[in-house]
Amino acid sequence: MTAVSETMDDTPKLEEGIRLTEQQLRARRARSIAIALALGAFVVVIFLVTLVRLGSNVLTRPM
Amino acid sequence: MSVTLTRIEPSIAGVGDYLALMKPRVMSLVVFTALVGLLIAPGHVHPVIALTALICIAVGAGAAGALNMWYDADIDVRMARTAGRPIPQGRVTPGEAAGFGVTLAVFATVTLGLLVNVVSAALLAFTIAFYVVVYTMWLKRSTPQNIVIGGAAGALPPVIGWTAATGGIDVEPVLLFLIIFFWTPPHFWALSLYRTEDYARAGIPMLPVVAGEAATRRQIVLYTLILAPLGVVPWLLGYAGVLYGIAAAVTGAAMIALALRLRGEGRGHGASRQMFAFSILYLFLLFAVLLVDRLSGGLAALAAGRFLA
Repeated sequence: MTAVSETMDDTPKLEEGIRLTEQQLRARRARSIAIALALGAFVVVIFLVTLVRLGSNVLTRPM
Repeated sequence: MSVTLTRIEPSIAGVGDYLALMKPRVMSLVVFTALVGLLIAPGHVHPVIALTALICIAVGAGAAGALNMWYDADIDVRMARTAGRPIPQGRVTPGEAAGFGVTLAVFATVTLGLLVNVVSAALLAFTIAFYVVVYTMWLKRSTPQNIVIGGAAGALPPVIGWTAATGGIDVEPVLLFLIIFFWTPPHFWALSLYRTEDYARAGIPMLPVVAGEAATRRQIVLYTLILAPLGVVPWLLGYAGVLYGIAAAVTGAAMIALALRLRGEGRGHGASRQMFAFSILYLFLLFAVLLVDRLSGGLAALAAGRFLA
């Protein structure tokens, strides 16, 4: 990202919104997929370690 | 009335840029040495716990790399070796790199503490803080001893691997720490000998910039003379078998021979490049043989136990 400064007089005009270029869209999509995969991997790690740590005690709980 | 607006351009950073921030080559050596520390530790570690520890150590190393690139962006842009990094290239902003690094550092240490043990998490947090604050922010720009003291951060991963397996520290991981600690100066000074102009342009007081090439070559010989015998100590103290002892002695002798050749080289840089390249191979071989030696010993003991039983 690069910061661009603009000086305007009086009230600033309302912009229509940011339109992403094709390159920015592709980069954002790739980043989103990578974050999803990383979070998925994190969940799997927590799940597996829970199984290993608790072992058969997973089934042992007060009735 | 005048109003100033700041428009933020959407990011073009790809996944590869964020991976580059994590210094994957450094990370691979960190993971490898941590793996050796973890596997040679006594006792049994469940493979899932071991893998979790390694992932946390790898992510922690990546966090330290990203924070290093965030802080060093101003000097990276002035050096040919580092000018292609994501921040100098304008693909990632310093703020994004800092946020990325802090997030990874917190995730890695907290996860290691919760899922493995608190001692290894504390060591990982200390290592990241030492690399970022003590080395990157303080020593790197202020003293030619930067990589000597800062080398402690790179030497800690096998200790973290060991503590992940045992929950404590022993003599053996400290020996591995010392080997990497004394390996770091000859390794980086060999590199800085043929990158002196780069470092000088960036204003980094590396030894060749401050003390000159001759003094650097002398220091490389000195540290290598400490390193080579130190490499054999795990065998002398009985922590490793004869296979490791022979490998450490032979590769250590080669390191000394290269250092002496480098000292007598004069103004050329062929020997410096060779020293730099061989030093990586030396450390890799030392740890790989230690692992093979230990694992083969363990397998032999296991087989003998089964045979006797």
